[in-house]
Amino acid sequence: MSQFSGTYALIRKDIHSELRTRYALNALLMFVVTAVATILFALRSDQPTSSVLSGLYWVVVFFTAMSGLSRTFVSEEERGTTMTLQLVASPSTVYFAKLLFNTVLTFSMTIAVTILYMTVFSNAFVIKTFSIFAGTVVLGSLGFASASTIIAAIVAKANTRGTLYPVLSFPILIVLLMTVMNATTKALDGEEFTSALPDFQILVGYFLAMTGGSYLLFEYVWKD
Amino acid sequence: MTATGVTKEFNRRTIFRDVSISLSQGESLAITGRNGSGKSTLVKVVAGLLSATRGKVEYAVDGKPLEIENLRYHIGLVSPYLQLYDEFSGSENLELLSKIRSDVGIDSGRIQQVLETVGLWERRSDYVRTYSSGMKQRLKYAFAVLHRPSLLILDEPTSNLDHDGIAMVKKVVDEQKKQGVLIVATNDADEAGWCSANIELGKH
Ligand SMILES: Nc1ncnc2c1ncn2[C@@H]1O[C@H](COP(=O)(O)OP(=O)(O)OP(=O)(O)O)[C@@H](O)[C@H]1O
Ligand SMILES: [Mg+2]
Repeated sequence: MSQFSGTYALIRKDIHSELRTRYALNALLMFVVTAVATILFALRSDQPTSSVLSGLYWVVVFFTAMSGLSRTFVSEEERGTTMTLQLVASPSTVYFAKLLFNTVLTFSMTIAVTILYMTVFSNAFVIKTFSIFAGTVVLGSLGFASASTIIAAIVAKANTRGTLYPVLSFPILIVLLMTVMNATTKALDGEEFTSALPDFQILVGYFLAMTGGSYLLFEYVWKD
Repeated sequence: MTATGVTKEFNRRTIFRDVSISLSQGESLAITGRNGSGKSTLVKVVAGLLSATRGKVEYAVDGKPLEIENLRYHIGLVSPYLQLYDEFSGSENLELLSKIRSDVGIDSGRIQQVLETVGLWERRSDYVRTYSSGMKQRLKYAFAVLHRPSLLILDEPTSNLDHDGIAMVKKVVDEQKKQGVLIVATNDADEAGWCSANIELGKH
């Protein structure tokens, strides 16, 4: 009970704080717009295939997630509030609050990227099997948020913050990236929902394994 | 609260060795020692923010041993390492931190009471970003005593405080000595004199 209300209060604090400082939001927004614009100019005259498009879609999501979500713990560390949080909340409260907050951020971001893609690539980026696409976006966001949260926690304690984040996240996220790209291609090609079931299994497994592992690891990372 | 044979090492460098403390209701302890002797480190170990390399720290409330997960309801800390949120106002900070801790029975009346004690009630709605360093220190006191902790730890208690502020700290200290346990980490002989016992670190 107290675990739940504490987690909820911490998420509210993070959302409130984000709305006031725009720490992550500005970084996310700038990145999405710049990346999509660049891709648009590069592809202007070509007619990209669905696998190229789904690859480019997740590249944008991947790097945006990296630039925005990496700030989760660094921002507490930089402001010296890490210890304040350690004093008032248990590690699991902090972990689940940050995970949920990052999930909300990632999910909003994928929706924004989707809308942008559908507008600028209106004749190529057509979602033919909506159920596959929706499932991929939801499970993919969960996976991204889960992996980013634990990586962000590790990176916040390291001295070489800037470079460490992409270096650490690439091997951890490669499985996830390949799977979501694969599933998105199927959604763009209009394949049957059942054809994406193996991908969904991987995504669910990935999320559960990543979250379970992170939960166990988090206490040691968080408390030095 | 008892600490037995607590030793802390950072990368194999021993900061202090075999420190033992035992404090019960109404007792107070000053931790003194030169800069870098490990006062703040010992404070963090006692507050459960750092783990000891060897030895252990145990707590009991009303004779019952206290689980480490419940320690946060019974501990208050003022420390230069502990910051509050810049983008929230003074009263918002107290409110949200109390909610994150899931305190019971902390209402707006209690928040008003502690803000008045530290002299920040007039400025409660201003962002902490706009506070002076002394005001931030005062707000840390409000945060530390908000939930009436049984163990109050003050690290560098009067840094940045004016005359009024020091008087406020003395009031908080006297109050705490009546109803709980007090630990003060300081270099100042006056401040050390507030406490009934003293240990000096760094004399090995
Ligand atoms: N995270 C850390 N990693 C490595 N060494 C550390 C760490 N934190 C503190 N130390 C070392 O531990 C020693 C004690 O530091 P501490 O901050 O406890 O001293 P202090 O007694 O509070 O000093 P002051 O009077 O300046 O506040 C110092 O030599 C410091 O360099
Ligand atoms: Mg110190």
